[in-house]
Amino acid sequence: MRKDAARPAARAPWDTLRTMTSLPNTRAELPLQQQESVVIRFAGDSGDGMQITGNQFTDTSAFVGNDLATLPDFPAEIRAPVGTRPGVSGFQVRFSSADVHTPGDQPDVLVAMNPAALIVNIRDLKPGAIIVLNTGNWGEVDLKKAKLDIDPRKSGVLDGFRVIEIDINTRVKEALASSGLSSKDVQRCKNFYTLGLMYWLYSRPLEPTLKWLEKKFAKSPELVNANQTALRAGYNAGDIHEHFQTRYAVARCETMLPGTYRNIMGNQALSLGLVAGANLARLKIFLGSYPITPASDILHQLSSYKDHGVITMQAEDEIAAICSAIGAAFAGQLGITTTSGPGMALKTEAMGLAISTELPLVIVDIQRAGPSTGMPTKTEQSDLLMAVFGRNGDAPMPVVSCSTPADAFECAIEAVRIATQFMTPVILLSDGYIANGSEPWRLPKMADLVPFPAVFRTDPEGFHPFLRDARGVRPWVKPGTKGLEHRIGGLEKDADSGNISYDAKNHERMTNLRHQKVLNVRDTIPTPAVFGPEQGDLLVLGWGSTYGSIRSAVDLVQRQGKSVAQIHIRHVWPMAKGLDEIFARYRTVLVPELNMGQMTRLLRSEYPGIPFLSYPKVQGLPFTTTELVERIQTILG
Amino acid sequence: MSDTNILTKKDLKSDQEVRWCPGCGDYSILNSMQAVLAGLGIPKEEFCIVSGIGCSSRFPYYMNTYGFHTIHGRAPGIATGVKIANPNLSVWMITGDGDGLSIGGNHMIHILRRNVDVKILLFNNQIYGLTKGQYSPTSPAGLRTKSSPYGSVDRSFNPLKLALGAGATFVARTMDTHPKHMEQVLLEAATHRGSAFVEIFQNCVIFNDGCFDAVAGRKVRDERTVDLRAGEAMVYGDNHDKGIRLDGFDVRATSAAEAGVWDPTVVSSAPATVLAELDGREDLPTAVGLFRRVNAPVFDQDVHAQVRAVLERKGPGRLEDLLYTKDAWTVS
Repeated sequence: MRKDAARPAARAPWDTLRTMTSLPNTRAELPLQQQESVVIRFAGDSGDGMQITGNQFTDTSAFVGNDLATLPDFPAEIRAPVGTRPGVSGFQVRFSSADVHTPGDQPDVLVAMNPAALIVNIRDLKPGAIIVLNTGNWGEVDLKKAKLDIDPRKSGVLDGFRVIEIDINTRVKEALASSGLSSKDVQRCKNFYTLGLMYWLYSRPLEPTLKWLEKKFAKSPELVNANQTALRAGYNAGDIHEHFQTRYAVARCETMLPGTYRNIMGNQALSLGLVAGANLARLKIFLGSYPITPASDILHQLSSYKDHGVITMQAEDEIAAICSAIGAAFAGQLGITTTSGPGMALKTEAMGLAISTELPLVIVDIQRAGPSTGMPTKTEQSDLLMAVFGRNGDAPMPVVSCSTPADAFECAIEAVRIATQFMTPVILLSDGYIANGSEPWRLPKMADLVPFPAVFRTDPEGFHPFLRDARGVRPWVKPGTKGLEHRIGGLEKDADSGNISYDAKNHERMTNLRHQKVLNVRDTIPTPAVFGPEQGDLLVLGWGSTYGSIRSAVDLVQRQGKSVAQIHIRHVWPMAKGLDEIFARYRTVLVPELNMGQMTRLLRSEYPGIPFLSYPKVQGLPFTTTELVERIQTILG
Repeated sequence: MSDTNILTKKDLKSDQEVRWCPGCGDYSILNSMQAVLAGLGIPKEEFCIVSGIGCSSRFPYYMNTYGFHTIHGRAPGIATGVKIANPNLSVWMITGDGDGLSIGGNHMIHILRRNVDVKILLFNNQIYGLTKGQYSPTSPAGLRTKSSPYGSVDRSFNPLKLALGAGATFVARTMDTHPKHMEQVLLEAATHRGSAFVEIFQNCVIFNDGCFDAVAGRKVRDERTVDLRAGEAMVYGDNHDKGIRLDGFDVRATSAAEAGVWDPTVVSSAPATVLAELDGREDLPTAVGLFRRVNAPVFDQDVHAQVRAVLERKGPGRLEDLLYTKDAWTVS
């Protein structure tokens, strides 16, 4: 009989389904149930290839036209001991026939490649969720590695779930018996068996992954063959073995705007945005960077763009990284440095130098949970006040923040624009959730990318380095330009000559000039649009990566017929004009953020008299839609 | 101004009033620098002088070239960025014993190991001058200063050994009391391909006056220093009658006739290190001049060579191709 018997749980909704459909022998005639949105989490050991599995499922779902959002969740350790809880690596994907803004609160399906993967993830699941267990890794040793005294299959923790037990190890071994591969290599195809099974369950085509394998293992045809065989075996298992009593389909998302799309992760989009920004500014990129999680991928990506004239330098530390970028900016290139919180702390003094010398510079901060080393792979928005204020002296600097993976592209261009047009360093905030999450990105038309060429002064007539134009912006001069030799530095400058000055009144004047220049950025940024009613009881204000969760929650509450609106801030500093008028039209402004209420403090000081209500969360995790909905409903009463 | 390549010292003087203490050794260095740079045949707009923080680091303000007075210890990073962004510039870095060896010690070793084409002048006065007299990493142990009233218990750095250890391809030493020697060393540094590290014994007239008198004083320096020159015998003394020669990992006093011939281009940095360790020896002279000069790949040149190689192979990249990749799909 069937070795991997499905174990329907007592309270699972599928039970009803099972009794309703008297199953014929031909599996192809299984009922196809349409679903709007599904969340799958693939979980296994760090070495099980779960990230690849998740990415393939994502790309195929994008291929069939679903909207989607993904969230990888991997340990900070590179390879924690095999089979242990810290070694579990996960990838969550939500695919949908309607617009989605988050990877989903609770998975509908968990694929667990070992006991540790099950136990780490089980509490996140939706009641009644499908759990696919690989019993091939379910021996005494595996349970012990996961610190489990009792097999969870017998302990009752699986009650209420629909559990499918499959010995994937054996199945793959059987499928690849004639492949000639070593048993170790055979076992490495397990993830594609799993992927095939999920493709069957959710009626996805195999072709995109089959093609991808051909390209991926182009140099080893035997691996292409083996992985393709495993993928097909997993798919066919859905037909042959009676694990599932129904199949599902998620139709293409018809509300996606026409255009060309690709699935993109935040760090990728941000890197591309920097290249695009440099292109529009007609400058070459110099990136000075020091490896740090979760920002390193930007260094990796930009270092491969030499054919785009991008120069990258892996510096000896965070300070040298920003300093080399400042040096390149002085010499006339687009200086960029990328980092995360601890690196931001180290770069602080150099940021002040860039402010004082009024050189363009883009400082990218991929925020992570702090303080200190904190939780490197977990997300947080707790560098906000450091970004806006965290330097010695009165040191104003524009701050731009990304709200989604695709938005990081536009925000990177915006940071480059402000930096080069206003001769100022700019901080670009992202976070771990955006950096590693992905979504379909509607690619910009090349003609829509408007150039903003940098201007270099060459005319010596009447020149001094701190001579300002009407916007308060000083000239940028490339060393090597004849007749414009000049010296700059961190000492205070005389406003009328650029020479060193310790004059009291001059210092106040220069401080005001620097402040005013940054405020002048407001003349070039739009007032953010409101999503929902133009006035009412509640406005939910967000910034950064909370966009998707807030949007989903506000959308849900609006559909319940209640009055709630959303506004999202891209320009964190200086803030756009017109916000005060918007805020005044609502009774309460709720500010959810992944920190102790830093944006709320900023807003209270900028807009006294507006009742801002802080909703902080500091768990290293994004807001779930559910918790935001509950909060909004409580306020609306 | 038809021929910009003929400069005079005066062309390189900025309009800023020099604000070092009267009698400071920095004046002499500024003077020598202006003389050397004027003679290089490089237009003045192609010089960029980068400094950190400290008395020495005010240097760029007094040169009528491009200049960047940066932050404490970080001049190597900024100079590296300048040089990579514009390899045509002749980039000079001015630092001191505190700036370059204490707060900026990490950056110093990395600019040297990378062999960035930047000429580095380290003004060593064995004291923190600008902060008004605390011991520095080159102060001799026991030095009584404002922050060491009972004498410093810190062991000191030998700047040359640090540079040699970091793999510097050009290492030299000179003295503020000897402009002629200084100009010769700076000229050699200017023509070296890659990082050139020059330690300059510099007197701080206020907080550490006379710190190098016993070695670099005008009356004693011929007797107390031996000038290392490539291919020449290591002879010294008022009457050029004394010599030294390497003896394993030590140095031995000899007559002028028996003096060893110095070769700064040998593969091993050990002989130069042995000579750097003459500092403070009573029985032997302190070595100055050219310790090391070897060829090695130059970082900034290799960075651009790599970009050129990729461009040649792939052709110039188009932004559109980066965005519109093969995995893109169309929704109509």
